[in-house]
Amino acid sequence: MSLDLDTIRKIVTDPTLNPSQKARFLSLEAENALPYPETDPEAAQALAEGVLCDLVEGHAPYKPRYVLPDFSVLLANGSDYLELEPPKTLDEAINCLMIAWHHTPSVTAMPVFIGHLDRLLLPFCEGVTHDDLVNKIRLLWRYIDRVLPDAFLHTNIGPEDNRVARAILQVDAELKQIAPNLTLLYDPESTGETLLRMATDNIAACSKPHIANHPLHAAAFDARGYGIVSCYNALPAAGGAGTLVRLNLHEVARRSEGVEDFLQRALPHYMELQFRLIEARMGWLFERSGFFENFIVEEGWIDRDRFTAMFGIYGMAEAVNMLRGKNGLPGQYGFDAEANALGYRISEQMAAKVEATPVKHAWRGRALLHSQAGISSDLEATPGVRIPYGSEPDPVTHVKALAPHHRFYPSGISEILTLDETVKANPQALFTLAKGALASGFREFTANVAGNDLVRVTGYMIRLSDVEKYRNKEGSRINTTGLGAEAAELTGILERKPRVIGHEYAQGYGQ
Amino acid sequence: MNMPRATVSKILPFSCVDGPGNRLVLFLQGCNFACVTCHNPHTMALCTHCGDCVPACPTGALTLRDGRVVFDPATCTDCDDCLRACPINANPMVREMSLQEVLAVLRENLAFLDGLTVSGGEATTQLKFLVALFSAIRSAPDLAHLSCLVDSNGHLGPNGWARLLPGADGVMLDIKALDPETHRRLTGQDNARVLASARLLQAAGKLEEIRYLVIPGVTDTEPEIAALGAFLDELGAAPRLRLNAFQAHGVRPPAAGWPTATRAEIDSVASRLSQLGVTHIETPTVYL
Ligand code: SF4
Ligand code: SF4
Repeated sequence: MSLDLDTIRKIVTDPTLNPSQKARFLSLEAENALPYPETDPEAAQALAEGVLCDLVEGHAPYKPRYVLPDFSVLLANGSDYLELEPPKTLDEAINCLMIAWHHTPSVTAMPVFIGHLDRLLLPFCEGVTHDDLVNKIRLLWRYIDRVLPDAFLHTNIGPEDNRVARAILQVDAELKQIAPNLTLLYDPESTGETLLRMATDNIAACSKPHIANHPLHAAAFDARGYGIVSCYNALPAAGGAGTLVRLNLHEVARRSEGVEDFLQRALPHYMELQFRLIEARMGWLFERSGFFENFIVEEGWIDRDRFTAMFGIYGMAEAVNMLRGKNGLPGQYGFDAEANALGYRISEQMAAKVEATPVKHAWRGRALLHSQAGISSDLEATPGVRIPYGSEPDPVTHVKALAPHHRFYPSGISEILTLDETVKANPQALFTLAKGALASGFREFTANVAGNDLVRVTGYMIRLSDVEKYRNKEGSRINTTGLGAEAAELTGILERKPRVIGHEYAQGYGQ
Repeated sequence: MNMPRATVSKILPFSCVDGPGNRLVLFLQGCNFACVTCHNPHTMALCTHCGDCVPACPTGALTLRDGRVVFDPATCTDCDDCLRACPINANPMVREMSLQEVLAVLRENLAFLDGLTVSGGEATTQLKFLVALFSAIRSAPDLAHLSCLVDSNGHLGPNGWARLLPGADGVMLDIKALDPETHRRLTGQDNARVLASARLLQAAGKLEEIRYLVIPGVTDTEPEIAALGAFLDELGAAPRLRLNAFQAHGVRPPAAGWPTATRAEIDSVASRLSQLGVTHIETPTVYL
């Protein structure tokens, strides 16, 4: 637990990192030279063995993992601390936001949430022409991608159809940048098919935006609302998440004798340890870090009581297949109805326990269950409850197999459907698929269209051309490319099988 | 009542290349052509239950019971290894389905669908079933909004079309070649009935599109392209023409040795056709 000078030297001299990237890695080394928040030996061992994973949040959580400021407070009141008057024009509002983002902490040292941009900007748009609006957003997008180049950075639009949301979709499809990541909140009542169609046409062009099922999310939160950030985490607005600890279900399955032993003994046991680790990290953040003395709390951008703890899980596919194997049962997760049903049962049991277990400092005194999208070093554990890469069924079967999980994961569950680029010639198909998925209970709809340079990795976007450059050691301006390149090499992520292809070209059907 | 049943080789609940929007594709077994360029030869022959494919299945979805191959769809992962193992190009996954079963599959996937496309094999070889299916869809309030398209090689005669068309929204017709001799060489059949079908469908307003497979040196010759242009001109208000690029991968000999059509070759065919006045030409999104 002391500083490793070799590592420090490597960071400082790494030709593929720019100075601010180096500064960030150095700060992580320093933080992690401190002892880990105190927890009991069993939880510590589960963490060391990789049954639990804290997603390298660091040893001394001095900021919440995800912060979702309510920027409307700033736009209404200005800021004493930042010496900002309340903005009156669109330019002033955008300028205030750009300043505010710089002061929004998160786990990546860049904001993960920059607000419900259409809602924030709409009041300032009176008298602004469409062309002016588009030009301003184009410049704002350029600023975000160049100054805050992090694919975890997220903005939300919708659910109401409005001219800012449309202008944002127009610019986003035109620029095809990694940042900002974009979610359309979709409500069949208020969004309307035109805006949804614009969004699905954008997906065909650049695999963005991601579409969230607004009525389902709204019901899981309260009047102050929610935001979608990072890898499709749904979190309380004006708050966020203090920590995200995740449980590797494959490792839990390895440590059980079969289905019943898993459900009765192993799963409750490791969930218990996960709660202890969550408590330890939340305790450090809330009681010792001093974070909540920050001006963004005092000025009301965020509320100390609105931070949840995310109870993440992953490796469901491998867990189900292993448990069924141990019981001598055939059938693959994602394809076999009984195997899928075991998965739903596991999700349901975890949801019940998370709803019943108090967590100190957390919003409403509870953690929120989350199907975690995975990180680059995951081996033998598929993100969340997804079907393993390269073996997914057709997109409709895929959606139907996973939809029953969705109601158990209020803080988010991400699937990525991979579509062959033939869908570009028939965007109506993508539209109908998205609508069908949302109507079937999907909390979020996300698709990668093959042939796009911009691709979602586990939950964030990368450019394939950047990965290529990074592999060739040219370095990348974008912080997440390193993660993407690692993920591509370790987990075969780019092998996600495109599912749709002209039959005239196929070797056999459906290939 | 003697309800027709379908012999189904595959059902895909997602396809964006078989008509507008997302379509459920019902592949029916059996074909009356024997195209040398067929990429789905396993839809042609009928299974003899020899059992050769059983050990090729990695998931145990195929078993031999009382001299018959039994297929368990629940365990199948769609790897198609069994198709590659079959020595006669049959398919052990074919199943007999009743009209009610097919309607049930449509209903299960309804939230995701713009329509249904029947394909093959040659779908119209199971005409009786198609007529019953389309009329059932038309008269079911929850299904009536689905569009019904037929993928066809055009061998069906006028009486057959007269029965099928009232329920069908449109037909996507393959024209393999304009020269009768070339057509016979490619398909084993004459093309007179195909061209007659094109005229009939056009007159009925049901010709959704014509599909033309570009095989370098075979169907992209000057006389072929000129004949295609002239034929489309004769049809008047010509429907969409979709050019498909031949690719040898997965095709049986002798066509397996033929060169794949490149983007440049397709573009050249498209530009020659537009010079001949053909207006609505679609080229592939993907080249393999
Ligand atoms: S599908 Fe082919 S290999 Fe399999 S049993 Fe039938 S004829 Fe034999
Ligand atoms: S496609 Fe054929 S070989 Fe593959 S799992 Fe299904 S039945 Fe078995």
